[in-house]
Amino acid sequence: MAENTRFTAESLKKKFRLSEFLAEKFITGIAFLSITIIVLIFVFVFREAIPLFRTGKAKEVAVKEQVTKINEGLKPESYGDTVNQASPVVVTNKPAPQAYDEDVIRQVENKKALKTLNTATWQPVSDNPRYGLWSLFFGTLKVTLIAILIAAPLGILAALFTSAFAPTWLREILKPAIELLAGFPSVVIGFFALMVMASFFQDLFGYASRLNAFVGGVAMSLAAIPIIYTITEDALSSVPATYKEASLALGANHWQTAFFVTLPAATPGIFASILLGTGRVFGETMIALMATGNAALLSANPFESVRTLAATIGAEMAEVVYGDTHYSVLFLIGALLFIFSFGMNALAEFYIKGRLMKRFMGR
Amino acid sequence: MMKTFTKIKGALIIGITGLSVMVILGIIAIILVVVIIGGKSQFSWEFLTSFPQDGMTKGGIFPAIYGTVLLVLIMSVAAVPFGTITALYLTEYAKENSWIAKTIRFAIRTLAVVPSIIFGLFGLGFFIKFVGAGMDNAFLGGRLVWGQPNILWASLTMSLLTLPVVIVSVEESMKTVPRELREASLALGATKWQTIRKVVLPGSVSGILTGSILAVGRGAGEVAPLLFTGAAYYLATLPSTLHDQFMVLGYHIYIMSTQSANVDQTLPIQFATTLVLLLLTFILNLIGVVLRSQIRRKQK
Amino acid sequence: MKEIKIKIKDLTLHYGQKLALNNICLEIPDRRVTALIGPSGCGKSTFLRTLNRMNDLIPSARISGEVLIDELNIYDRNIDVVNLRKRVGMVFQKSNPFSKSIYENVAYGPRINGINERKVLDEIVETSLKRAAIWNEVKDRLRDSALGLSGGQQQRLCIARTLSVNPDVILMDEPASALDPLSTSKIEELIHQLKEQYTIVIVTHNMQQAARVSDYTAFFYLGELIEFGKTKTIFTNPTIKQTEDYITGRFG
Repeated sequence: MAENTRFTAESLKKKFRLSEFLAEKFITGIAFLSITIIVLIFVFVFREAIPLFRTGKAKEVAVKEQVTKINEGLKPESYGDTVNQASPVVVTNKPAPQAYDEDVIRQVENKKALKTLNTATWQPVSDNPRYGLWSLFFGTLKVTLIAILIAAPLGILAALFTSAFAPTWLREILKPAIELLAGFPSVVIGFFALMVMASFFQDLFGYASRLNAFVGGVAMSLAAIPIIYTITEDALSSVPATYKEASLALGANHWQTAFFVTLPAATPGIFASILLGTGRVFGETMIALMATGNAALLSANPFESVRTLAATIGAEMAEVVYGDTHYSVLFLIGALLFIFSFGMNALAEFYIKGRLMKRFMGR
Repeated sequence: MMKTFTKIKGALIIGITGLSVMVILGIIAIILVVVIIGGKSQFSWEFLTSFPQDGMTKGGIFPAIYGTVLLVLIMSVAAVPFGTITALYLTEYAKENSWIAKTIRFAIRTLAVVPSIIFGLFGLGFFIKFVGAGMDNAFLGGRLVWGQPNILWASLTMSLLTLPVVIVSVEESMKTVPRELREASLALGATKWQTIRKVVLPGSVSGILTGSILAVGRGAGEVAPLLFTGAAYYLATLPSTLHDQFMVLGYHIYIMSTQSANVDQTLPIQFATTLVLLLLTFILNLIGVVLRSQIRRKQK
Repeated sequence: MKEIKIKIKDLTLHYGQKLALNNICLEIPDRRVTALIGPSGCGKSTFLRTLNRMNDLIPSARISGEVLIDELNIYDRNIDVVNLRKRVGMVFQKSNPFSKSIYENVAYGPRINGINERKVLDEIVETSLKRAAIWNEVKDRLRDSALGLSGGQQQRLCIARTLSVNPDVILMDEPASALDPLSTSKIEELIHQLKEQYTIVIVTHNMQQAARVSDYTAFFYLGELIEFGKTKTIFTNPTIKQTEDYITGRFG
């Protein structure tokens, strides 16, 4: 039946297939979307923060105010210099307006705000608003530290048990069970901390403020544990079997191998897991909002209330006037958080990839 | 002597690691039990299907459930196709070690670790103030319709957050489609796109499903991105258009437990709402995790 | 008398830095069975996959030289690989039916060529299955999943699937290596029938099989073509020592 048709250049000539071409271009285009999103996040979070640094007109205002004062009779006895007098003269040609337009007022506020960033007082809503980031920053750091100090040992040890000591059937149950914790919404963890944990710890330790950095830290460790656990477990199980076999062959027993061979070999992965856990806690919003007390205090005491950077955005953004100084400062905080988590992720990737490669390939 | 000492140390290490596992599982169990006990009395069919009453001190949470469902539906419509197509690119088109593929993978992982509040800021700055306000100015002569928080912008913001979840799941399952099947199709003279449509996509349906379920589970529980992109404290009516605000379970819990005037009085409602949200996300995640472990088994 | 279907000229293939095929020159006759033998890793499967450009799928593969089918170089820039593969079918080592019905497996090829008419499809499916000598076993359950068939049946189904697009050349990569003796003999019988109409190139590590089914045999070793000739000659009177050693089972 098959009449052996000959192969000819004609029958096998290269064909242009439109659907093929379009499919590839379309799919490639969509794939680039994830890069685009990251870039857009970068651009738009910064875009809203940038007006904060526009203070050019504030200088003008300051000069004008000075000029007004001069005109009102303060004799400029010390201003003998002609160069110094030149600029006020130019400005005084226009009558100094009593009320400046909104933009100018904003820039004056911006300038004041910028001056207060490097302080410890966060008082955005007051006659003399202060935007000191240090108490927020240290508050975040304090909570993060507490959370990681709890989550890292628990997560790593649990991962070690799962990968080294648990029989296969148990491992099959443990991994998904602990991963389920990752599926708990942070608002649920926050609610649990607010309603149950806070009172429990207050009864236990008898401190004054019910909601504080410690309660927030413990609650946040619940969010970090599944991350640290999962990544550490992956790192531990990807240690080559030859490592373990070599150790066992040398007469080391099971737990010695796990503790002195497997665990050290997986250090880069474990380190990365802690970095990612830290990133998660640092930017966690709902738990912070609900369990830390939200008072911007600068104190080393773990049982004092704190206010974190992320919680500040969450609590205040809905109430600010679009485009004003406070709004921009909140976006500035967001930009800092973004840079921080971006850096954490980049560092974690660098560690996993770079170190693991070196270790296992002997390069 | 030495031997018994080693044995004790071994038992200790296994004990400590085992204890850590127990602590974690214990916490999970305690949260579940406390929320179930606290919310049980209030939890009823009526609670799920009626509106809040008397300034949210009585009644049900139907609008919040409705809003949550609507949110994750719109979110999925955006996230699932985009996630699937990105996964397609990574498994079928990208060269494994090209810088493009590497950059896309890095972007996806970054997207997965960006704090959720940042997505909220982005939603506000991009969707609401840039796209929304831009639409109002261009088509509605500046009348404020799209340039304010609403369910569309909230859902799209959420879809960006859940995009990595979809991509990772789908990619994982696409890799389980055996190379032999792709080759069989290509050897029959099928084009790449035909092979994708007829072999790869049908073979990764379970992965697309898993990714969608996990994404929905994630999206249903996140609150931070919604704080200023569309979630409302209380609404007397259900959202009827894409530019309406909406109530949502997670935000409802947050508001009721921290902002309402009489927190103690509404405690049963709060617990019951938490129970609903926890059950919802728990079940979705359970299904997702089981499906995923089946895919992984196939991979081996 | 014999016509040459495929002519390979100076074919060299690298995987990254690794030389996989070195300067292969070979002429494969039309409507005959040509067996490629050699120890595993000798490059015979790689060589087979150059004939329908399946190696294009491996990014690290670099190729030089020419493969002429009917005097047409299939590595020419103007060659459409998709259409080439319709003409040069392939049967794989592991049977790989799609997880569709038996009918849809065979109809896959015609469908991607745009044939959707029920009657035409029915006819193609039936003739293909008949030619692959599996029609009688499956005609009553065409709608059942192909994955429910036995290994040997699956492999014959894959052959039917290959036949459905009417190729000129059929490449077989150890088609019977995973099968029991009975299934193997069915496949061999089938190959015997198919060579009436098709040019068949078969890779096998089973020398008895090569002796039974093929008219010509090529012996590969370490990426080189050591010897090529009539199967009878190669097996009874090889001219090169290595070939003899391999055939008599002294290595490999």
